[in-house]
Amino acid sequence: MTTTVIHNVRLLDPSCDLDRTGHLLLRDGLIAGLGADGDVLPDDAERIDGEGCVLSPGLVDMRVAIGEPGSEYRETIASAARAAVAGGVTTMAVLPNAVPAIDDPALVRLLRARGDETGMVTIHPYGALTKGCAGQAMAELGLLQEAGAIGFTDGIRAIADTKQMRNLLSYARGIGATVVQHPEDPSLASGGCATAGALATRFGLPQIPAAAEAILIARDLRLAELTGARLHFGHVSTAEGIGLIREAKARGSAVTCDTAPPYFALNETAIVDFRTYAKLSPPLRTEADRIGVIEGLADGTIDAIASDHAPSDADDKRLPFAQARAGGTGLATLLGVTMSLVHAGSLSLSRAMALLTAEPARLLGIEAGSLKIGGRADLCLFAPDEAWQVEAGALPGRAQNTPFDGAVLRGRVRGTWKNGRQVFAA
Amino acid sequence: MADTAAMPPLSLGPASVASGQRHLLGIAGMTAAEIEPFLDLAESYALLSRSRKAPRDRLQGRTLINLFFEDSTRTRTSFELAGKRLGADVINMTVATSSVNKGETLLDTAATLNAMRCDLLVVRHGMSGAPQLLARKVEASVVNAGDGTHEHPTQALLDALTIRRHLGRLSGLEVAICGDVGHSRVARSNIHLLKALGSSVRVVGPPTLVPGALADLGVSVHHDMERGIADTDVVMMLRLQKERMGSGLVPSEREYFRFFGLDQRRLVLARPGALVMHPGPMNRGVEIASAVADSDQSVIQEQVEMGVAVRMAVLDRLSRGGYA
Repeated sequence: MTTTVIHNVRLLDPSCDLDRTGHLLLRDGLIAGLGADGDVLPDDAERIDGEGCVLSPGLVDMRVAIGEPGSEYRETIASAARAAVAGGVTTMAVLPNAVPAIDDPALVRLLRARGDETGMVTIHPYGALTKGCAGQAMAELGLLQEAGAIGFTDGIRAIADTKQMRNLLSYARGIGATVVQHPEDPSLASGGCATAGALATRFGLPQIPAAAEAILIARDLRLAELTGARLHFGHVSTAEGIGLIREAKARGSAVTCDTAPPYFALNETAIVDFRTYAKLSPPLRTEADRIGVIEGLADGTIDAIASDHAPSDADDKRLPFAQARAGGTGLATLLGVTMSLVHAGSLSLSRAMALLTAEPARLLGIEAGSLKIGGRADLCLFAPDEAWQVEAGALPGRAQNTPFDGAVLRGRVRGTWKNGRQVFAA
Repeated sequence: MADTAAMPPLSLGPASVASGQRHLLGIAGMTAAEIEPFLDLAESYALLSRSRKAPRDRLQGRTLINLFFEDSTRTRTSFELAGKRLGADVINMTVATSSVNKGETLLDTAATLNAMRCDLLVVRHGMSGAPQLLARKVEASVVNAGDGTHEHPTQALLDALTIRRHLGRLSGLEVAICGDVGHSRVARSNIHLLKALGSSVRVVGPPTLVPGALADLGVSVHHDMERGIADTDVVMMLRLQKERMGSGLVPSEREYFRFFGLDQRRLVLARPGALVMHPGPMNRGVEIASAVADSDQSVIQEQVEMGVAVRMAVLDRLSRGGYA
């Protein structure tokens, strides 16, 4: 097998404090070496000029929904993989609320295999926490874990019943598994589609109070302490909820959380004129909550940024706001939107990249998100300042329901490598 | 976190908004100068209607479709009469007889109406924003006849016309809107209109129906009926939907009437000659006592009459290209 060298790049790997210009050698799908500026490049290597761009580990996205199986008209694994690599993502943890739900070991194995078949991304499936993700009977957590489930969640549904949540956490602790919770009190959220406040009042939309998040987080933090289980909250979006997690971490709790780009880059005003592409779950919040999310990212309370990719087709969204399906695509825009935090000075480039690579890999307990020599050559080459405009209809992949339609982003993926093979080139 | 630079929100591209002035989708955003011509024209139509001299040729050859996804006899009849008095061909489509129940989407319905060369489309829908969605897709001018808990602009215009005829102005008034304001599209449209014309609005009811967040609309919030209607020029009562009972928002009709019903004893707290209004249909003995509903201060029947006149004015102006 030939050697490839990607030279004239800024090597960036927050997992080992690597940030310098130089080059990277690829051989047999692995990272074979890192070089500094001025080092002699091997004669026999195929050369790729990185043109001064940043070369980082391929992104690790810990919260992705895919339409397959069951809703292939929205997104297939293959189309999601195309969107992923266009966004520099080479590893994704996939939510189990498909049709059928991923509550059987065979389905876990199927998803992993289907990911490998694309040759572009590694899929780590979450297993269903309850059978059918229906919130009732406990799924076969141990068997699912044996088959490769990376953690357990009912995806976009919170476990409503307190005693059941306690039992699930308790059982998960016994097998050393992480439980991922959608942080929203289901009863308070039921029927709502916009965060409570002036805007939802003016537009006459059924409201969800921001406190629905804090109430569930408070309950589950207490249950995690009661059971000793590893608990992770997905897509946190309110200052109050993040504050509770900050306090729990200060007490020594092992709780972790992630957020998604819409919650730090947009606020509720994106839904003006009943824009259904900005209908998300949890809903876009007030400006004060958006600032709270940025503060949580800056002070380390929030452990990772995930795309929260949720594909819909046009008919899911061309409906009156309350009837439209919630969720937005996020794979292709994950890096660009996150880079806006760097350009604004809210996060360093190194910290932002850690939140997209090493940190989610650590939370998921997987070998990914680093430029370690001898590791799999999953790479993302991006131009941190290059501007591009998000356009629904022109995004890679099948689903086009981006909440960022029309936004100008700075930070563009130029190339993505999976196991040493280039799978995307801009 | 003092050193955290707060990144501003990303700006998005413009939404594909239906051009507001070809349609009447809501009162929010309208100025006094845009509202008043509707009232002036409606006033003249009210007089012409009384003398049976409405211009039958104004909408001759135009097709008006009343597309109602929610039951309504009064509003639909009012639009139908308004269209017919101006000579339009009026078709009523209601949810029970349309293909919407067969799974046709709102936008398929829009395409069908386009093919029928509809000129004026009056829409009532249970979901906030449904008329906006239709307005982006149809060639007709769309009139919102009530969408979810969002807006009911012709109701606000007819209420304003009724007030102006009795009190001579729409500025500097104190208006109380009482009842299920949180779920009311009538209240929202009235609040926007009265504030645009320079009046003050209070909203009155129990916190489950009148949440404090309504203050964001620029009104004062009252949970005490006596204080809420004290020294007001207009008391607007809203219909209490039966489904609010038993859903945990209000315990019973008799308790509601005891604390929030409008009776003579409470009405005397308003200014002498204050107007009593109700968009109908009334629940006598629930939100309003019969003696008040039928009193000299009640202008409820006149609201119905002005409703037809206002809808004539709206159809007329939109058929002439809008109100820009």
